[in-house]
Amino acid sequence: MEKENSRRSFIKNMSLATFSALALSGCDTKALDEFLQENFKELSKKEKDRIIKNLEAKYKKQYGKDFHVSAKPAIDRTLFGYALDLSRCIGCRKCVYACVDENNQSRDPQIHWIQVLQMENEKGIDFAHSNIHYNPEEVPEDGHFYLPVACQQCRNPQCTTVCPTKATWTEPDGIVVVDYNWCIGCRYCMAACPYGARHFNWGEPTVPTEEMKTELHYLGNRPRKKGVVEKCTFCIQRAREGKYPSCVEVCPVGARKFGNLLDPESEIRYILENKRVLILKEELNTQPKFYYFFGI
Amino acid sequence: MKHKKYRNKTATIIVMTFTMLLFFSCHETDSDFDNNEIQKVYVEKKADKNIEYATEAPPLGDDFPCSACHDYREPNPKRRELVEWHDEIVAMFHHDSENRWCLDCHDLVQRDSLRLASGKLLSFKESYKLCGQCHGDKLRDWKVGIHGKRKGFWNGEKEYLLCVHCHNPHSPKFQKLKPEPPPEVVEN
Amino acid sequence: MNFIRFALGSIKIVFKGSRVYYAWLIFLFLLIVWGGFGYAGQLSHGLIKTHMRDSVSWAFYIGNFTFLVGVAAAAVMLVIPAYVYNWKPIKEIVIFGELLAVCAVIMCISFIVVDIGNPLKFWHMLPIVGTMNFPSSMLSWDFFVLLIYLLINLFVVTYLLYCIFYKKEYNKSIVLPIVLFSIPMAVAIHTVTAFLYNALPARVFWNSALLAPRFLASAFCSGPAILLILFQILRKTTKFEIKDEAIWRIAELMVYAMFIYLFFTLAELFKEFYSGTEHILYWKYLLFGLGENKEIVVYSWSSIIMGVIAFFIFLIPRTRKNLFTLNIGIVLIYFSVYIEKGIALIIPGFTPDVLGQIYVYTPSMTEIRTAAMIFSLGFLLFTFLSKIAIAIIFDNYNIDSLKQKVKIKKIA
Repeated sequence: MEKENSRRSFIKNMSLATFSALALSGCDTKALDEFLQENFKELSKKEKDRIIKNLEAKYKKQYGKDFHVSAKPAIDRTLFGYALDLSRCIGCRKCVYACVDENNQSRDPQIHWIQVLQMENEKGIDFAHSNIHYNPEEVPEDGHFYLPVACQQCRNPQCTTVCPTKATWTEPDGIVVVDYNWCIGCRYCMAACPYGARHFNWGEPTVPTEEMKTELHYLGNRPRKKGVVEKCTFCIQRAREGKYPSCVEVCPVGARKFGNLLDPESEIRYILENKRVLILKEELNTQPKFYYFFGI
Repeated sequence: MKHKKYRNKTATIIVMTFTMLLFFSCHETDSDFDNNEIQKVYVEKKADKNIEYATEAPPLGDDFPCSACHDYREPNPKRRELVEWHDEIVAMFHHDSENRWCLDCHDLVQRDSLRLASGKLLSFKESYKLCGQCHGDKLRDWKVGIHGKRKGFWNGEKEYLLCVHCHNPHSPKFQKLKPEPPPEVVEN
Repeated sequence: MNFIRFALGSIKIVFKGSRVYYAWLIFLFLLIVWGGFGYAGQLSHGLIKTHMRDSVSWAFYIGNFTFLVGVAAAAVMLVIPAYVYNWKPIKEIVIFGELLAVCAVIMCISFIVVDIGNPLKFWHMLPIVGTMNFPSSMLSWDFFVLLIYLLINLFVVTYLLYCIFYKKEYNKSIVLPIVLFSIPMAVAIHTVTAFLYNALPARVFWNSALLAPRFLASAFCSGPAILLILFQILRKTTKFEIKDEAIWRIAELMVYAMFIYLFFTLAELFKEFYSGTEHILYWKYLLFGLGENKEIVVYSWSSIIMGVIAFFIFLIPRTRKNLFTLNIGIVLIYFSVYIEKGIALIIPGFTPDVLGQIYVYTPSMTEIRTAAMIFSLGFLLFTFLSKIAIAIIFDNYNIDSLKQKVKIKKIA
């Protein structure tokens, strides 16, 4: 393994040194270091620690705050699942903005990991007739129901299959993550995702410094740059600390449920075993771990 | 390993509160609550699995205890329209109002208690049991964490909310909300 | 050493030319500068300068990429009939076909590079230095086959020209297998590009087994179209000889290709419209628009009308065998396929998006400028390469003439 690494880095340094020197002439060594950084999955513990320290310093310089960047791995014997009660959701969009806030999503250009679709009771789940821009005085509106969609954390994700650089993958606890440093921004995953769950930083993302969350995870809510893809990670920075994702805690009607699918006593397992459950676009065999259910 | 540990552990659950007080209108709810020592209400104890759920009832306001006034009044069990007192509750009452009135839930004699159909008295902290005598399926779902909101840890301590944190017992239908702004319309 | 002399000799040719030649170069150069500044804006501000958004995350760039893969593939596939019918200028057809292929592939890769968010991180998708997701990702496959295709074509062309330059007989046992290998590779690059889209169950508009066959059929329309124009120009301006019969024959092959393309498309349309599943939404958007959103209808119908007119021009022997009408047909079919691949293939794949929302996409000025830059660069490269090839093949520009010049200089 070690040998492999050194051979790799040798070849890489040889082949890239000239090119990168040209490309980054004028930049400091840290930028060069970041440019030459390996795929996160292939980094050793030591390299990870060093990279994270650099990141924390960089963010502090950039935002003038202390940040904690975690690279905490998956907890043993966990497989995260999510369930959303369609009979409860009132379409208030509080989850959308809690998510934006917790995950440091760009305010301008605007990125929302959660899209809330308003659908007509008469039509049922029908994307073609759904409305994402509804804005009445009060919700829920008569004759409508609401279907919030974010990453469905598929067991058989198309997005990771198509990625040409292995910059996105499924973690052992079932969370599909993106290495923002490794993503080249080809957006093939966005074409492949049947749920519109992946979002691209078309421009340089902006988050007001005072609203910047400081508890970060390398694979989650750390600040992104323009030209990379991002997506819901079940709040990996919270979930791996045992906490519920932000959207679960903010939901005023308690429509959002989260837990460990491998734990027979978990809330999520109770729902799967006792409620009427559906998944979106079942025919595509993506096998989401995000379930919709009818609590009533 | 960690997984097992948390399951065996007695999960103690504490509740944060919403501002609204539901049984009695109250203006100082927040401050009252902050100063109060948190009292836990144990929702359930599963003997075999050794899991306990606990929650804190919403604070009771100035009007409490009820006995402060009612002790000086003659109890009247006859169903009638209240005009002088509690008329605001009458005005908003919407909870099978055709068939029910105050004394179907409040005890005639022990004014500071709630009363099950069986005659058993309950403290206000245990109001969920009163709700559950009709809404049994909801109570069951709530106990396992499906109905209602949870905060805290998916693998550990959870904060439960009681029925009355979200539903006004006199008019339980969930109130409509103003939605947050829609996403920007993208145009080229 | 020999090769360096060959390369230096080739570079010299590039700088010699008539006024028209220089005017053409200046025109291309201006376009490159104009486009280059547009691309610079995209580089500094990000892809927000394009009109692509989350709903329509691939668009004009990828459409151009797809079209050019077709051009690259078809240029070489013309080698098959050249062999089958034993046309006289086989060597020349191979050389110019492969030159076109080389330029088209380079333009393809350029379109990918401008489309990605972090062009500097392009090396991540290479094997060994990066983490190529092979064999899972069709994009890795595509990049892989394009690279091989580029290398073999570049090799064949350079080798042939090199031999002619040194007046050597080229080694048939080297060239022939590679040329023959480049034919299935030509099929491969276009098939893999089709699979790139085809492999996405999320995008039902593309998720049809007929996509790859349709790609190939349409490429057989647009690729030869470019070569036919090129051959006619070469015939007029150089000693390049190609008989009218060979041109008619290519045109005849194009009719077959058009017919097959038309047939596949009708089969697709029948299946979609008769079964009327949710897939029909995308075809409706393409052909009729959805509600208020009819922006793309102009493109699709102009492509259809141009294609059908071209089909009849090519089908009727009298118009096919008349160079004037034939050239009209060539231009029509070229633009028909360009619009079909550039806009009509990509955009309906994303509109409405997977959640049923409609974002109306039309290319931004930055996209048009960047595309203009790449096309101009491609044309410039093709001009240079064909200039070298013409000089070496037809104008007796070779090692002897170089030596003579040196001698003359020395004597003087």
